[in-house]
Amino acid sequence: MRFQISEEPVQPDLLKGEILNDVSGAFASFEGWVRNHNDGKPVNGLEYSAYVPLAEKEGQRIINEAFNHFDIESAVCVHRVGELRIGDIAVFVGATAAHRSSAFEACRYIIDETKARVPIWKRERYLDGPAEWVNCPTNTPR
Amino acid sequence: MKISIEYFALLKEQRGCSSETIETVAKSPALLYSELKSRYSFSLNPDSLKVAVNEDFADWDSTLSDGDTVVFIPPVAGG
Repeated sequence: MRFQISEEPVQPDLLKGEILNDVSGAFASFEGWVRNHNDGKPVNGLEYSAYVPLAEKEGQRIINEAFNHFDIESAVCVHRVGELRIGDIAVFVGATAAHRSSAFEACRYIIDETKARVPIWKRERYLDGPAEWVNCPTNTPR
Repeated sequence: MKISIEYFALLKEQRGCSSETIETVAKSPALLYSELKSRYSFSLNPDSLKVAVNEDFADWDSTLSDGDTVVFIPPVAGG
C-alpha cells in the first residue's frame, strides 16, 4: 500500500507480485508509457521531475483514499523521474481486491488523482522545436 | 526572517537555480511570491500555482515563520 517516486526503471512484474494475495480474486493495473507524440507534435523523449517529499506524501494520501473508498486489499503506485525515452514506462498503478469492479475503480482513481494532485512535472523534448514544460506556457501575459 | 525556497520546473528555469535561502519581511506565501515574481520576472501567475510550506500544501495567506521552507508548485503533469 504505497506510493513511490523512483529514479530506477519501473518493474511491473515485481510490483504486481508485491500486491497479489490469496484473498484477492482480482488484480487491475495501469501503465503509463512514454509515447512519441503530444498535441500533434513529435516527441523525442522527456524528463520527469518531482518535489519528492510532498509527492510521496500526497501520493500516499491518494492510496489511502483509494483504500477507504473502494473495497480493495492492496494498491501500489510507482512513478519514475529522470530522463525517459520513447517506450519507457513512466508510471505503474496496481490494485487488488476480492472482486473486479473495486480493483478497476481504485486503479482508475489512483492514476486520475495522481495526475491532478501530485507535484510531478514533465519536460518534453520535441523533434522540431524547443523543449517545453507540459501545462506551463512560457508566453503567459504578465 | 530567513526562508528557504526550492524551485522546480519552469520556475527553476526562470530563477536559474534549484534553491536558495533569502531574508524577507513577506508574511505570507502570497506576499513572498509577489516579491520574487517581480524580482525575477516569473511568468507564472499565482492563480496557476499551488504553494507548499514545510513539505505540505499550504494556503497562500498562511503565516510564514523564520526557517520555513517554501515551494511554489507550477502546474503539475505527472502520470
